[in-house]
Amino acid sequence: MRYLPHNETDRRAMLSAIGAKSIDDLFRDVPPAARLDALLDLPLHKSEMEVDRLFRDYARQNVPAAEHAFFVGCGAYRHHVPATVDHLIQRGEFLTAYTPYQPEIAQGTLQYLFEFQTQVANLLGCDVANASLYDGSTACGEAILMARRITRGRKRAILAGGLHSHYGDVAQTMTRFGDEDVVRLAPSPDDAQGDMDRLIAAIDDNTSCVVVQTPDMFGHLHDLGPIAEAAHAKGALLVAVVTEVVSLGAVRSPGEMGADIVVAEGQSIGNSLNFGGPYLGLFATRAKFVRQMPGRLVGETVDADGQRGFVLTLSTREQHIRREKATSNICTNSGLCSLAFTIHMTLLGEEGLRKLALLNHRQATRLKAALSGIKGVKVLNSQFFNEVSVRLDRPAAPVVEALAGRKILAGVPASRLYPDRDDLANILILATTETVSDGDIAALSDALADIMQAEL
Amino acid sequence: MTMIRYSEDHEWVRVEDGKGTVGITDYAQAQLGDVVFVELPEKGATLTKGDEAAVVESVKAASELYAPVSGEIIGLNTAVVDEPATVNTSPLDAGWFFEIALSDPSELDDLMDEDAYEAFVKDLG
Amino acid sequence: MSMNRTGRPTQSGPNSSNNAVPFETTSGHRGLHLVEPLIFEIGDARHSGVDLEDVGDFDHALGGLEREDRMGLPGLSEPETVRHYTRLSQKNYGIDSGFFPLGSCTMKHNPRINEKVARLPGLADIHPLQPESTVQGALAVMRDLAHWLTTLTGMPSVALSPKAGAHGELCGIMAIRSALEARGDARKVILVPESAHGTNPATAAFCGYQVKAIPANDDGRVDLAALKAALGPDVAGIMLTNPNTCGLFERDIIEIADAVHEAGGFFYCDGANFNAIVGRVRPGDLGIDAMHINLHKTFSTPHGGGGPGSGPVVFSKALAPYAPIPFVEEGEEGLFLREHKAAEGDKSFGRLVAFHGQMGMYVRALAYMMSHGADGLRQVAEDAVLNANYLLHELASDMTPSFEGPCMHEALFDDRFLKDTGVSTLDFAKAMIDEGYHPMTMYFPLVVHGAMLIEPTETESKDTLDQFIASMRALAKAARADETDRFTGAPYFAPLKRLDETRAARQPILKWTAPQSQEAAE
Repeated sequence: MRYLPHNETDRRAMLSAIGAKSIDDLFRDVPPAARLDALLDLPLHKSEMEVDRLFRDYARQNVPAAEHAFFVGCGAYRHHVPATVDHLIQRGEFLTAYTPYQPEIAQGTLQYLFEFQTQVANLLGCDVANASLYDGSTACGEAILMARRITRGRKRAILAGGLHSHYGDVAQTMTRFGDEDVVRLAPSPDDAQGDMDRLIAAIDDNTSCVVVQTPDMFGHLHDLGPIAEAAHAKGALLVAVVTEVVSLGAVRSPGEMGADIVVAEGQSIGNSLNFGGPYLGLFATRAKFVRQMPGRLVGETVDADGQRGFVLTLSTREQHIRREKATSNICTNSGLCSLAFTIHMTLLGEEGLRKLALLNHRQATRLKAALSGIKGVKVLNSQFFNEVSVRLDRPAAPVVEALAGRKILAGVPASRLYPDRDDLANILILATTETVSDGDIAALSDALADIMQAEL
Repeated sequence: MTMIRYSEDHEWVRVEDGKGTVGITDYAQAQLGDVVFVELPEKGATLTKGDEAAVVESVKAASELYAPVSGEIIGLNTAVVDEPATVNTSPLDAGWFFEIALSDPSELDDLMDEDAYEAFVKDLG
Repeated sequence: MSMNRTGRPTQSGPNSSNNAVPFETTSGHRGLHLVEPLIFEIGDARHSGVDLEDVGDFDHALGGLEREDRMGLPGLSEPETVRHYTRLSQKNYGIDSGFFPLGSCTMKHNPRINEKVARLPGLADIHPLQPESTVQGALAVMRDLAHWLTTLTGMPSVALSPKAGAHGELCGIMAIRSALEARGDARKVILVPESAHGTNPATAAFCGYQVKAIPANDDGRVDLAALKAALGPDVAGIMLTNPNTCGLFERDIIEIADAVHEAGGFFYCDGANFNAIVGRVRPGDLGIDAMHINLHKTFSTPHGGGGPGSGPVVFSKALAPYAPIPFVEEGEEGLFLREHKAAEGDKSFGRLVAFHGQMGMYVRALAYMMSHGADGLRQVAEDAVLNANYLLHELASDMTPSFEGPCMHEALFDDRFLKDTGVSTLDFAKAMIDEGYHPMTMYFPLVVHGAMLIEPTETESKDTLDQFIASMRALAKAARADETDRFTGAPYFAPLKRLDETRAARQPILKWTAPQSQEAAE
């Protein structure tokens, strides 16, 4: 077997050195009733060529984004990732390293994480960011728990209606065995301002935090300033959620608008769609809250010769030291995904990111213009970044299926996320990144107009 | 008149006129190593003996300081928050944590005097 | 001075000894030891390594929320970026670099075919919310991975979505709590052995449980009597790692499972060490109710410097109904995802992550399983156990094993052999760096003093192990021969000397700030 260096001679020599008659001797602590004598009913080993072929077969049964006009977003976005990124993250010294527990021989990982923390903090407009969490949704759940720790005694988290429904679900799961009270406002894609008004009205003296996504799940951009003000007036924190971080190249950062904790899905920078994972949870906050933060942190220090170096720090917050009193049970982060983010962000730089963001936004304004003229289609967004929602005169899911047949993946029908809400059945959410061409937009609007011609 | 008493959790309390000053012992600071962070209770908080009163952290360990006696917190030593190394350099003096107004001075009887604590630490090896 | 056949001196001359370099280089570099600044010190906002089309003028629809501040995100051209991150990589030690016996972390070889297939556009360039009709192959990967995992563990069902081992623990304990609540049972305590990973008590606490520690007995296993005494009507379950963190198989595991079940509790097994028994023991035959599997350990998906991981959880029949959504199911029109709880009677505790989990890791793990097959995976466990026992045996005379063998996939030593040498476990580990090795896991598990947990994995050759054994023996002898400086000053040959962690924690610097703004802040 190609991954196993021993041959039978090696094995016999080692067993004999140990003084064992056979390998079974070494498994003698296993209760006899649980010993497997025969092979399990699974296929036998395969050559690399056979494995390669099998996975090409799997891949062939999928439609990659690149082969269709592609408007699917809603929490995961298809951007062009420079080839450099994927090359560098596959260097064995990065790919096959462990968590940097021995800093003298892990400065590569530690330095890029320090760069990553700085980029994330600056991008989100916060004092400090951690070395990443699993993804945006779990980061959002962790933020709610952190707000609870900071606002001691307050138990209610209020989630805006425009928060990604999966994020709301994850928040409910993560808090269901505490005494946290998670209030989810109903989604109202046709009334973005109403969502914010209801959120502000819901804040009371028992509120630990309000959770607002911008751009929200339906593409609406929100000014967080008034919400931060309302939350702070009642002693609550504002948790801001960003699922499309490219937006921050064009839109004011949540930190600048007054958010206390900012979480984001960082997949858009450096990472492929990957059918939903692995992704990259970004987490940033104010300096004064750093000890309540979950996840790993890298800090600057010096070595015995006075040379600058980096180490994992403030570890006493974490499970391996605090055990049941840790801020979170989290152990690993999304190391390699954060490296991809850092490299891509370095390639972009501030100017590149601004330009990329504006390209995304420009395509969305063109999409809106193209869709606005179609009979039976109403675009719901007045302020947006690279994603808009439309209300159709009929259920959206069959329209999406029909468009898929015409090599157009037209976005996410809201019914996929809210199957029980009839009022959302006609909503379709469409995203445009820099990968969406004007031709793609024309193809979509033509095909959609054609489909909408048909009688209901 | 001043008396000093020690707990099995390596806290000391120095009592004068019903007011106790609390810190951790030299043995405790040596076990922890370089102290990097101290969190103090809130002034005015009322603690029962055995409650978690403060947190003290080194690079590799985090420990709770338990109230060795019951009472109300009446003073805090913010110097150990600003300069945690004080706990290492002067655990019994400048590195004190908080002052507490004893609500039940008889609790002191359950604590060790200096000789008993020394013997206790010696037994730990 | 001796000469080799090509006439080159085989020993260095008097002026090039390692210890006494008579000058400082002008650049600060030392040959291949390259000093690399932070990107914030070499890049700036006006450089970029991408070419993007001109945006041109258009009417924004950002509602007046345009970003106007300087973001502090420097750019570099492509060649500069490649060089910067290549140089950083050269300051890292990975499995590709050398032997990495980090106990409990399973640093085995990461096959590159797995990387290749995970990047096929049909698997990497697909969106989690595309119509299911366009992702039948991806759903087939999930279905097939589930089949391998349930077959290898002998458990009826698996939840794939947890994103790491600790996340899997959360998944398992949430299912246990949901099952207990469903029968109106408000138990409050989870038992956790002293030797457990820190994630176990942290997870139990996260789910609202009190944690009660169970002591180990003298042979490094759970004290059965103490466990039985701790069981009662308030105990929701036990979290037990098997093979345990001392590298030992819990001989009484079936009796433990029976006792826990008899007391009305559930048995969560931490499957971090499944690599020791895969193909030779099915956890389902041991009486467990839930177990997470670290795909990044047993099934070789790369650790990536700390993630991404993946921690699917297998469930017993009793717990299966409480598992989180989503699931892949087979319908008339092919495979589909059950992404929502049914309106009535659905017992699932809900959703753990946005989307469907770590697809990229599923592909790699499945490729690894298929490469090995049923036969190869069994050999994986056998060779891992053989290698660990070989090290345990060969190092027993110079170091101090904590427990009688045989061990499973890792060998545990303590620091008794360093007694009175002035050398600590940490010093010993740092000296291993100078010998070209990544140190073993130190100071874990907590049940022995100055623990050194060595896990060789099955992908190391006998030659590698023999060289390692020779180095470890030599180091142990040096420690006892009072060569203390070699240890307390180590590492001497790493890119940096020992780092000041106290300073990092006392005055945390967690992001870069421009020198002038530092001055302004003071």
